[in-house]
Amino acid sequence: MELFLHQLLAGIATGGIYACMALAVVMIYQSIDHFNFAQGEMAMFSTYIAWQLLAWGWPYWGAFAATVALSFIGGVVIERTLFKPIRNAPVLSHIVVFIAMFSILNSVAGFTWEYTIKSFPSPFPSEPLFGNRLISAHDLGMIGITVVLLVLLYVLFRHTRLGLAMRAAAANPESARLVGIRVGWMVALGWGLAAAIGAIAGMMIAPIVFLEPNMMLGILLYGLAGAVVGGLTSPVGAVIGGFAVGIVENLAGTFIPVIGKELKLTIALVLIVAVLMIKPSGLFGRTAVSRV
Amino acid sequence: MAAREDIAEVAAPRVGGLTFPAWQRLLTVGVLIVGLAIPLFVRNFTVFQLTLVMIYAIAILGLNLLTGINGQFSLGHSAFYAIGAYTTAILMDRFGVPYALTLPVAGVICLIAGFLFGLPALRLEGLYLALATFALAVATPQLLKLSLFERWTGGVQGIVIVKPDPPFGLPLSQDQWLYYFTLAVLVVMFAAAARLISSRTGRALKAIRDNPLAAKAMGIDTALYKSLAFGVSALYTGVAGALGAIVIQFVAPDSFTFFLAVSFLVGMVVGGVGSIPGALIGGAFIMFVPNLAEQVSKGLAWAVYGVILILVIYVMPTGAAGFVRLVAGRVARVVSSNR
Amino acid sequence: MTTRRTLLAAAALAGVALVSSPSLAQKKYDPGASDTEIKVGNINPYSGPASAYGLIGKTIDAYFKKVNAEGGINGRKITFISYDDGFSPPKTVEQARKLVESDEVLLIFQSLGTAGNTAIQKYMNGKKVPQLFVATGATQFGNPKEYPWTMGWQPNYQSEGRIYAKYILDKHPAGKIGILYQNDDYGKDYLKGLKDGLGAKAASMIVAELPYEVADPTVDSQIVTLKSKGADVFFNVTTPKFAAQAIRKAAEIGWKPVHLLNNVSNSVGSVLKPAGLEASKDILSTGYIKDATDPTWKDDAAMKEWEAFMNKYFPDGDKTSSFTNYAYTVAQSLVQVLKQAGNELTRENVMKQAANLKNVELGMLLPGIKLNSGPNDFYPIEQMQMQRFDGERWHLFGPVMSGEIGGS
Repeated sequence: MELFLHQLLAGIATGGIYACMALAVVMIYQSIDHFNFAQGEMAMFSTYIAWQLLAWGWPYWGAFAATVALSFIGGVVIERTLFKPIRNAPVLSHIVVFIAMFSILNSVAGFTWEYTIKSFPSPFPSEPLFGNRLISAHDLGMIGITVVLLVLLYVLFRHTRLGLAMRAAAANPESARLVGIRVGWMVALGWGLAAAIGAIAGMMIAPIVFLEPNMMLGILLYGLAGAVVGGLTSPVGAVIGGFAVGIVENLAGTFIPVIGKELKLTIALVLIVAVLMIKPSGLFGRTAVSRV
Repeated sequence: MAAREDIAEVAAPRVGGLTFPAWQRLLTVGVLIVGLAIPLFVRNFTVFQLTLVMIYAIAILGLNLLTGINGQFSLGHSAFYAIGAYTTAILMDRFGVPYALTLPVAGVICLIAGFLFGLPALRLEGLYLALATFALAVATPQLLKLSLFERWTGGVQGIVIVKPDPPFGLPLSQDQWLYYFTLAVLVVMFAAAARLISSRTGRALKAIRDNPLAAKAMGIDTALYKSLAFGVSALYTGVAGALGAIVIQFVAPDSFTFFLAVSFLVGMVVGGVGSIPGALIGGAFIMFVPNLAEQVSKGLAWAVYGVILILVIYVMPTGAAGFVRLVAGRVARVVSSNR
Repeated sequence: MTTRRTLLAAAALAGVALVSSPSLAQKKYDPGASDTEIKVGNINPYSGPASAYGLIGKTIDAYFKKVNAEGGINGRKITFISYDDGFSPPKTVEQARKLVESDEVLLIFQSLGTAGNTAIQKYMNGKKVPQLFVATGATQFGNPKEYPWTMGWQPNYQSEGRIYAKYILDKHPAGKIGILYQNDDYGKDYLKGLKDGLGAKAASMIVAELPYEVADPTVDSQIVTLKSKGADVFFNVTTPKFAAQAIRKAAEIGWKPVHLLNNVSNSVGSVLKPAGLEASKDILSTGYIKDATDPTWKDDAAMKEWEAFMNKYFPDGDKTSSFTNYAYTVAQSLVQVLKQAGNELTRENVMKQAANLKNVELGMLLPGIKLNSGPNDFYPIEQMQMQRFDGERWHLFGPVMSGEIGGS
């Protein structure tokens, strides 16, 4: 029982990582209608920028704000320069460009900052909170920031004209254009926001997993899984999905004999596919109806 | 080649007195002759590299049958490549089966594996399928290491196999022989793919890609055909994996990472989605361009690779096959308007 | 093709002839060697999941630049050709063939990774090209009977596992051992060494052995389980990133076992410092190379020499990483072998000299640790010493121990 409780809490802590990433995944999905496989590398790169600013002696929150702003601009620039020219190319071409971005960012980061791990500071106190040692202050702080982001996104998409316009641009570009929405810029804005959220996720995750160019691949996969389980159209669902994946992964890895510990990754993924079979649009997503 | 016929029939332009299909046949024969002659004039190392190009081409063709013809995504074909490779390695190493006989076995096992994976995948569309297959690719090395199967798979150590000698005392090096062996398999598999695409089944598969709802309304059993497409696609990739194991002489979990699946996808898009000859160009691309990038800059090799990839997509958004079609069309128009 | 094969055969015959009558005045060359140059091939993961190791290849390259700048080896310059395999065995095979058949190197040196080296072992031995000082501690690369052209260098993982077993049996005979290991050959070799060393007591002493995958984001869950299982001896078989995670997580949840950290990850600068020096206190490990980030060696002459080399030839190199001084030392070992080979730069003689290292001392090796090899001993370094971290630096203790795997 004690082990169960401990694993549950550890699962929530890891789930926080996935939830944070899942939110970034949902953001980009809301604006371009598919995944960005380079998203993890973008977050990693942003985190290196923050690390560099800190190394130059910037205060934490100054570096934090500057990184988020730079990432936002970076996201917009990437969309305007790389993706605008191929907007009408097939989806697969986009995926290949994502792959290209993945290798460029990974390679440049490794070249510039080396592959040796770096520690990244946490803005939260390092002493255990309330005498409990299973969830650190950083874990709680990260979960808190994820929730704040979630609320902001919810307000943006549900209660502002801009958010509505962004959703319209992603869901139905043709009609959106007819009602006067500048679809291209909405997409660019979505990229910028996704990059900014990714930067925050990176800066929250790096203190836990250590900063290095390959830190995001596994996390991106779990983040995608979390987003898909929760439903790609629902930020709330994505966050819950992220936690669910973290908890399931830890519990399955601990309590299913032999196979559990050796196939921790696989089991988590099998469960995700199973959820999708039962509810293809995710637990909280809206079902898409196809038209003839 | 079916995709090209559409254009040829509509435009029916003649270049140099020959129609499009005639040019194609001529080109195919020409390529085949060059392919037969090359190993006699280049070094063994180059022969080995070209053999790998053909192997990747078969794998990419497999992916193409799924994506290009049937419209389903997969980022997980490294898994089927691995199953094929391991089948061959285990049969050769543990049971002493001759290498040539392992290919059909690998193919059938992958057909079944692909079909079974295709069943649940039926309920997943587009992105969700991409994610499920992505997960499969990431999980593959872990599955291959599983201690329960270690007796056969060699666990983390992998299996070393012996390179076959040419039969009947042919005066060829091992590399040259494997090249011809692979070429023969390639020709059979490419021809079969061409027939499949232009058959009734192929048309049903394409109908599902273009309009799933309409296809269903026309009475096509979409579930069966989609699973079948997955199976056949896996068969191709599995046979490629089997050949790869023989040529590399070694299988290990680290050989079949997510990165391999991504390479197949890149090869398919660069060669041209839905194009059979494009698979060869794709195979050459994933074989040689990383080496080229490494020569440009060691530290930034993958950044260079990424830049090349982006340029390729900009210049040829529909892949090499689409590009050739475009250029050929223009040439034909210029030639006919000059007449 | 035939011409090259005959040449090779002729060269091999000549080599044999020379062995029987050691008149070294005559110059003898195999492909890759001449009056002016020696071509050395290398394969390293500059990209992919193991790209951290790419630093080794870069440092070796820098070191050979230094050797060349200082006149080369017996007047010959080293041409170092290093290719990327992305840690993927099929690519290793391709690059090895490129080095042997296209670049025609004299030997392949320090190819990295167990899987990659296994993939090319048969090929290299078939071609009779030295696969020298491979960069892996797996035990299978010191088997001169079956593979006379393949030789290891660093202490092998199993021997190190046995050293820890000896320590546990000696100091904590009633300990409950919890193990965290990377799920690959490297992790399993350590595990085997430890279990062999514990002998019959292994089953009763080990309370949990948990694997992790390189793709896993964290090992937090495993650490929590190990603590709950009541382990009071922690055998930590992880690569740097996961080692740092494990050390920090254990401190975070207040788990204070006897912590045995594998040599792979005992760098102060790139593991213990990121994990937290306070959290790393009292960790035990073994060493054979001086750690540049350990203040113990601040005024050491060999360390200063290494620093001067880094500043001049590899100023961008990461001096906090243990890979740079590892690479420096292994490159010195090759230089020693090539020096010994003199003017007879045949592949045969390279292997002969590599198996003829007698008490070679290199500056960066810990005091008392020497290179020794012989026709039946293809493990040049077999000695290690245990050490304890005091929150600032490593303190060596106990005798210099030698592994019990391998010949002579």
